[in-house]
Amino acid sequence: MSGRIDTSKVATSNKTSAATATKPSKVGAAANWADERLGLASAMKKQVRKVFPDHWSFMLGEIALWSFVILLLTGVFLTLWFNPSMGEIEYQGSYDELRGVHMSEAFASTMHISFDVRGGLLMRQMHHWAAMLFIAAMFVHLMRVYFTGAFRKPRELNWVVGCLLLILGMLEGFTGYSLPDDLLSGTGIRAADGFIKSQPVIGTYMSFFLFDGEFPGEAIIPRLYAVHILLIPGILLALVGLHMVLLVYHKHTQWPGPGKTEQNVVGYPLLPIYAAKAGGFFFIVFGVTALMGALVSINPIWKYGPYDPSKVTAGSQPDWYMGWPDGALRIMPGWESHLFTGPGGLPAVTIPWNVLIPIIILPVVMLQVLIALPFIESWITGDKREHHLLQRPRNAPFRTATMVSLMTFIGLLWMAGGNDIIAILFDLSINQITYFNRAAVFVGPAIAFAITYRWCISLQRHDEQKLLHGYETGVIMRSPEGGYSEKHLPLPEAQAYTLTARERDEVYSVESETDANGVVAPGSRVQKVRARLSAAMYANNIQKPTKEQLEEAHHHAEHEHELQAPMEGHPADGHQFDGHRFHTVEDEQLR
Amino acid sequence: MSDDTTLEKRHDAASAVVEEPIANPGLPAHVYRPTDIDPAAEKRAERQIAGLFVFAMLCVVGFAVSYFVFDIADNHDTVGGLGASTLALGLTLGGALLAIGIGMIQWARKLMNDHEIVEMRHPGRSSDEDREKVVADVLQGAEDSGIARRPLIRNTLLGALGLVGITPVLALRDLGPLPGDSLYHTPWTEGMRVAVDVLGTPIRPADMEIGSLVNGQPMSLYEENEEGEPLYEGVDLQVAKSKGSVILVKMEPGDIIHGKGRDNWTVDGVLCYSKICTHVGCPISLYERTTHHVLCPCHQSTFDLADSAKVVFGPAARPLPQLPLALDDEGYLIAQSDFIEAVGPSFWERDTLPEDGS
Repeated sequence: MSGRIDTSKVATSNKTSAATATKPSKVGAAANWADERLGLASAMKKQVRKVFPDHWSFMLGEIALWSFVILLLTGVFLTLWFNPSMGEIEYQGSYDELRGVHMSEAFASTMHISFDVRGGLLMRQMHHWAAMLFIAAMFVHLMRVYFTGAFRKPRELNWVVGCLLLILGMLEGFTGYSLPDDLLSGTGIRAADGFIKSQPVIGTYMSFFLFDGEFPGEAIIPRLYAVHILLIPGILLALVGLHMVLLVYHKHTQWPGPGKTEQNVVGYPLLPIYAAKAGGFFFIVFGVTALMGALVSINPIWKYGPYDPSKVTAGSQPDWYMGWPDGALRIMPGWESHLFTGPGGLPAVTIPWNVLIPIIILPVVMLQVLIALPFIESWITGDKREHHLLQRPRNAPFRTATMVSLMTFIGLLWMAGGNDIIAILFDLSINQITYFNRAAVFVGPAIAFAITYRWCISLQRHDEQKLLHGYETGVIMRSPEGGYSEKHLPLPEAQAYTLTARERDEVYSVESETDANGVVAPGSRVQKVRARLSAAMYANNIQKPTKEQLEEAHHHAEHEHELQAPMEGHPADGHQFDGHRFHTVEDEQLR
Repeated sequence: MSDDTTLEKRHDAASAVVEEPIANPGLPAHVYRPTDIDPAAEKRAERQIAGLFVFAMLCVVGFAVSYFVFDIADNHDTVGGLGASTLALGLTLGGALLAIGIGMIQWARKLMNDHEIVEMRHPGRSSDEDREKVVADVLQGAEDSGIARRPLIRNTLLGALGLVGITPVLALRDLGPLPGDSLYHTPWTEGMRVAVDVLGTPIRPADMEIGSLVNGQPMSLYEENEEGEPLYEGVDLQVAKSKGSVILVKMEPGDIIHGKGRDNWTVDGVLCYSKICTHVGCPISLYERTTHHVLCPCHQSTFDLADSAKVVFGPAARPLPQLPLALDDEGYLIAQSDFIEAVGPSFWERDTLPEDGS
């Protein structure tokens, strides 16, 4: 940095009239005009060259962001022709097989977009594919954030925003694929009516208010349309904006490595590197969506036909992201309570647990668990520090196992949602698949937890071995005595540093259960739970070696190398197996 | 001292005890790319990127040509099951967008200055000074408003705001009518003929073979009023179908296990059940004649039609409601009455069946 001031950029006037830089260009004049009104320079001085770190996994959220933009663009295109009305008309469009069939205007206009608007089918398919990409990318991004500990202070609130984005995105998807009023989506709405009616006390009223009377009524498509193109996208847009603002404010997390600390962020500037990379990536996501829209057919409503409450297609499935609650619905036993049915005053009531638990209670509980994860962890650890360096999943075995366990739970439910497809595909009994899944959704996550937990810890051990004894060179040494060992060499400093660039875990312990007078301290039972959880989280973890341990190990390794040195190039005598020499196999130490 | 800082200190103290095994070696030396040191490579990259952008332009031309050249309408499967127009428009659009995207990223990767920059982070926490200022300002604002000194104003305001909150809830009342007893009724009435779905023709038991399943509707769905207009049209027809759809099955009379009080609900081995699943309301289908089981394709609830449609498998909790059948003078199947219970999915007040209804 030079201390000299560049006088060419200093204002030439300090009077009441506007100061002008020398030789104002047109761009400069426009910028000046805007700045005097908006104060842009002060707002942007830290942002234009804002540094973002580089890693492939940071791109996952970007896929979600760009798919959302694509959804807005293609969605606006679709609204120009789509008619969200359940008024009945006779189809007279270009598709022969349905000409003359009575259908809702929603379905007919979707047919019109697909067959009579050039590029209409492309846009419809791009919109649907982008929706799937949006939700899939959010799921994977969420996993990345959780596995790497990026949700820790100060980013807990952004985690909450992300969870809300995920659930709203799923609802947005459901309201969207319900709009064409085809047989499949109508079946989905029919089931949704059943879900709403299952709720105690208010269920029937909610159903009648939502559908403006009895299912299917005439109101549901226009109402879902308002929700789909205005209400939820508005909230999504606001939350996406908040998500981005917080991202910029907190500055992006980074992986530990040489030169990277909790206090800095190492990477490339927004302008020009990330403007080009992220901007280019938008076009790539858009381009891939266009190719998928062109090449992979999705939701061919003309094959399903218009909705008719007396018809259904075999293998009716919701879109994949709705598959897991649907799976829960399928494997739920048929429990239903009929209370106060005997004589005696109180009105008889029905509680359909078979619907209420899997489709109303379970998703709400899952969302709450998801939102609570960062707060539960920080309560157990008592860690109130800011964290900007990411953790490798193996270095947080309990956390990694928790997420894998949740993923297994959702995955098994998702599989249960396809039990009819699986039964047909593999020629299995649907009853047996269902019984299997009923047990698997409880046993599977537990098994997944145990495997992941132990796997992480053995990976930690592997890291420790590499640090202490070096990496495996693949060179097999045969000692003069005939013993074999693999030659280990110390890790390069940068790699070794990266492996040790993590914190030592501290198991929380309750300091004193009772005070001086023998009275149990308030909250100590809660603290005991916390201590037990903390032990479960951290007690088995392999901590990084201390400086002394590392030095000792390196010293030992050097000594070994000295011993090995004379052997290099000398064949072993091979006599240790025939007993003719003074040493035996037992004396030989394998390394 | 706030709780945060003491904890931070505790951690700092703890980490000071155990020394870090390896000191941070600092940023590695910058590695130059081939394009930084080899002018030929730089030139090649430049040509490559510009080539991508030119390709994007060509794709847009292709898009424009495809738009006007290819027909749409009913030829949506001309090229490998895909419409020529959709395919051409999608491929050219995708090609243009991908080429722009790849070009931009290649530019950043190969030619733009790639020296890493280090920026310092700052704790999110505001300074104590700022915090004190904000707290003082808020207190001053509260003081100026006198909200603490004038509980009457404060409480009446809170009351007014709370009441205003009721207005949107109230205004939503007209979203729909109250349920009333509409869920307990279907178009079926005493003596109504069972019509074969789609055809709208009446059916005699002899028209059905043993083991067959026929989808039925109340005959009124196909009838017209005095002015020659259908009784049910549009939304009314959809609502009627969503409640009135039935299945007729014929089986050996000996196979039927009659439900309590349902001995005379069948005619010549023909039984009639609601088609609407008692789980969440999908129309059931998929009949297996050997077992008399019918399966709902949505969530695989399975009902035994020979045994009052009891649930033999799956998440449904209740049997399908049965429609009592009889024959009219001409020998066609008719309903003895409406269903004696609400059809379709369960709801809270379902068991409080209005005695005067049905």
